[in-house]
Amino acid sequence: MSDDVVVTRSLTKRFGHVTAVDGLDLAVHDGDRYGFLGPNGSGKTTTVRMLLGLVHATSGEVEMLGRAMPRHAHEVLPQVGALVEGPGAYGHLTGRANLRLLDAAGPAGGPPLADGAGSRRTRARRVDAVLERVGLADVGRRPVRAYSLGMRQRLGLAAALLRGPRLLVLDEPTNGLDPRGIAEVRDLLLELNAQGTTVFLSSHLLAEVQLFCTRVGVLHRGGLVAQDHLGALRGPTGRTLVRVDDVAAGARALGLPPPERRGEGELVLDGTSVAAAADTLVRAGIGVLEAAPERRTLEESVLRLTS
Amino acid sequence: MIRVELRKLVSRPRTWVSIGLLCLLPVVVAVFLAVTGIAPRPGQGPTLLAAVLGNGALYPAAALGIVLPFFLPIAVAVQAGEAVAGEASAGTLRYLLVRPVGRTRLLVAKLVSVLVYTLLAVLAVAVVGYVTGISLLGNSGQLTTTTLAGTTLTPASLAWRTGVMVLYIGWSMVGVAAVALFLSTVTDSSLAAALGGLAVLVSSSVLVALDAAGAVRDYLPTRYWLAWVDLFRDPVPWHDLQAGVLVQTGYVVVLLGAAWANFTTRDITS
Repeated sequence: MSDDVVVTRSLTKRFGHVTAVDGLDLAVHDGDRYGFLGPNGSGKTTTVRMLLGLVHATSGEVEMLGRAMPRHAHEVLPQVGALVEGPGAYGHLTGRANLRLLDAAGPAGGPPLADGAGSRRTRARRVDAVLERVGLADVGRRPVRAYSLGMRQRLGLAAALLRGPRLLVLDEPTNGLDPRGIAEVRDLLLELNAQGTTVFLSSHLLAEVQLFCTRVGVLHRGGLVAQDHLGALRGPTGRTLVRVDDVAAGARALGLPPPERRGEGELVLDGTSVAAAADTLVRAGIGVLEAAPERRTLEESVLRLTS
Repeated sequence: MIRVELRKLVSRPRTWVSIGLLCLLPVVVAVFLAVTGIAPRPGQGPTLLAAVLGNGALYPAAALGIVLPFFLPIAVAVQAGEAVAGEASAGTLRYLLVRPVGRTRLLVAKLVSVLVYTLLAVLAVAVVGYVTGISLLGNSGQLTTTTLAGTTLTPASLAWRTGVMVLYIGWSMVGVAAVALFLSTVTDSSLAAALGGLAVLVSSSVLVALDAAGAVRDYLPTRYWLAWVDLFRDPVPWHDLQAGVLVQTGYVVVLLGAAWANFTTRDITS
């Protein structure tokens, strides 16, 4: 047992001869915004399905909210909201009717919600509240089959939020959303996270994870190749960036090739002999505005880990 | 969960369209019979139809005889095939299970929903058959009905026979539902599950008619489907009816057990 919200130990799943997930050890801390990264086919979705008890592990253990899964699914899952491989809804019903059915289908209990217990009496209010949160309050009586991809995605997110979960497990939640929708969803998730919801975000969109997540796990061919804070993953490259007021003159003074682009104001130095370089620049009468170690983008780190 | 499934059943237009279509065919047949007065010769055409011209009160039985060979099993197989596979292909199965709804619970709710649908369909056909029979073919002023054996039945006697008939046909359809429901837990395509169920029925009907298959005939699911005709004989020969209930019960128990074992252990990858 541990305090972590999601723990897997040597989690393995084989489909016939194909090993989809191989000895995975995940640890998602309480309050994390955890980015679960990996290229297509690396086993992300299979892992998410094993966490939720949809797919049975070949070997290894899953623990969520301190309890073994899938054995304690009935205590764990009411506190978990999930969006797995796209939303699912009955096309002939409205979004509101879909959420009411889903709400009625499961157990009444669950975590205490803002408006009281998750009982039948408060169902209509609960459904209206989540629709409002995801920006679907005004869709009216349209059936879901008339929804756009983005609206369906929002409805799926509303379903995940319906019971006020402690943990959100989201697989590509911004799929099909326009840039503004993506930003809105990110703000919503940040707000929920600030209120104490742990977010486990599975994605192959590196930019999205870099903007949102605090910790990152990188999956490659079914195994975890890195799991660390975002800052640690984006390690220094060993080079230094120096911003100066006159790049051309600065490059000349340091004996570097002249910069290819004008206006950037940045020089790239090999090694970290910043002091000597700054000294040379200052003596040449060039103003040094800033000097900092160069960091990898998440994309560079992940590509390096998964190539 | 059962309540949720029933709400889904009644809120789906397809439920009512299919039941409406089931009822429509006997009405059309009755109109033709009433207008022309030409009855099929005894032993030809749908069961019992020859007897209804004289007495509309027998028409519920004839109506079920009309839809029983194809229409009714198709409707039931589509409904049961849709049960789990339909949720899978709509993408809603994973969200129901994560909600969480226990797999056994979900399967039981689906089964109840299919049973209710089956009973609704059989009852609707019987009721519509009665109304059409009385209004189009008339009750010929008699209070008694002639059986296939030539003796007469009182209305009370006819009523319980018709009731038992509805239950017997309903139970036969539960056998169909069990096949399709099992297949529905195997595949994620509701079409495949429904067609698989129908394939079983067609194969069974072919083998029942094949003398060379006589050794297995009595154990085939459709072998005793038409045994309810015996209810309109006097006295009722119960042997085939009992055998039919027994065979169907065997299929229902085995297939529902298999559906449960498969559904509760399989990986949900839809």
